[in-house]
Amino acid sequence: MNVKIDFEHRQFAHCENGVVSNLLRYYGIELSEPMIFGIGSGLFFSHMPFLKVDGIPVTSFRPLPGVIFSRISKRLGVDFEKRRYRNSPSKAMSDLDKNLEKGIPTGMLVGVYHLSYFPEPYRFHFNAHNIVVYGKEGDSYLISDPIMENHSELTSKELKRVRYAKGTFAPKGHMYWVKKIPEKIDIPGAVVKGIKHTCKDMLTIPVPLFGAKGIRYMAGKVRHYPDKLTPKKAALFTGQIVRAQEEIGTGGAGFRFMYAAFLQEAAGVLKKDELNKRSSEMTTIGDMWREFAIVTGRIVKNRNKVDESYDHAANLLLKIYEEERDFYKRLRDTID
Amino acid sequence: MKAKEVPQDDANMMRGKWKDPIYTVDENGKYTTSYSLGWEVKNAVMQQAWDNIREKLEEIRKKVLAGELSPIAYYMEKNIMDVSLLAKYMELWKWTVKKHLKPKHFNRLSQETLEKYADIFNITTDELKDLEKIKNEKLPE
Repeated sequence: MNVKIDFEHRQFAHCENGVVSNLLRYYGIELSEPMIFGIGSGLFFSHMPFLKVDGIPVTSFRPLPGVIFSRISKRLGVDFEKRRYRNSPSKAMSDLDKNLEKGIPTGMLVGVYHLSYFPEPYRFHFNAHNIVVYGKEGDSYLISDPIMENHSELTSKELKRVRYAKGTFAPKGHMYWVKKIPEKIDIPGAVVKGIKHTCKDMLTIPVPLFGAKGIRYMAGKVRHYPDKLTPKKAALFTGQIVRAQEEIGTGGAGFRFMYAAFLQEAAGVLKKDELNKRSSEMTTIGDMWREFAIVTGRIVKNRNKVDESYDHAANLLLKIYEEERDFYKRLRDTID
Repeated sequence: MKAKEVPQDDANMMRGKWKDPIYTVDENGKYTTSYSLGWEVKNAVMQQAWDNIREKLEEIRKKVLAGELSPIAYYMEKNIMDVSLLAKYMELWKWTVKKHLKPKHFNRLSQETLEKYADIFNITTDELKDLEKIKNEKLPE
């Protein structure tokens, strides 16, 4: 089988935004990554010490995988067809081939660990990565992976393997494609809904682990790491926060810069100059997160002894908490 | 962050496959995308995570060579898996996989089971059984 859909691959910071943006552009809807991110309310914060990966508490600057996707679909009125093939990998592959023959670029969830084209330092067992398949030449599938600068390829054996990665968020052959594009899309309305939802998530979840409060909670944890853990473990726990913040797909500072870019674009869409001010405030908050990362970098380098850096890091996080809390209140008032 | 302040501390983490897109502000306060080859701080925390994995793997290797654990324990750790994840890939109970981590049980495994393990670890069954290979293997950096 030889099929190549005329699909334009573009690189993005984050895979979920990227796949949605690339798919929508194929159908004539041009939206930047920050717009997708903002409308899909992709900004979030949570710190969950009881949930551990490899023995290290989980910190996240984003909502659960798939959330941006479903919010975008709802707010723009774009219909996606979704399929899951729990126990039938061969059907998952043959249905993909049928889609390609019909000329439908098809998005899917895959595990990162066995992605042969991924650089080794990034290969962990993370299963909620998104790619688009847009063709097949012989036994090679043509892949648009939004993280990569150029298009990629996987053999059918490799693709099957990553579609059936095991563990947390196991993709189970999940795939999706655009079914229907509405005739009219209300972008300003979608932007307002996206912003309101983010403010709500960051301010009103009545559990201290989530939203702006989660940052305060984490500050308390970081402050006491050196009393409760070995120096090495304390450094590992703190380093993990920065990995979530900077490692992959966040566009810097745990998505804060991407959100600031969104607010600037939103100012134009909604004709609200006040949002430009919110944008530069968000930039300042992002710069504070980078400062926290620098302090953590020092902790990681001196990981065999404990110094006063932990207090410094915790104080910075507390300051970020206060800034973010006040920020989302102002943003809510700006939009109302 | 300003566009001109974007760090370019290349530690070859991306192996030339991409540059990190960073959202930055230009001289006129307008948001643009800049591309970064790496940031010292980010490189340090990534290196820290890999150092941690390598240290654990080195300990397991010693135990495998001393005959306390089976080669499956080594390749499980090398593939950053735990018993629970490996059991899911093998479609076996956790306690069964745990048993296979002991050399005594490993030596009695059927060719079919060995092949399944080897396939998951992306090696051959001969390599899976080869302690010399484990002894001489260079650990990931």
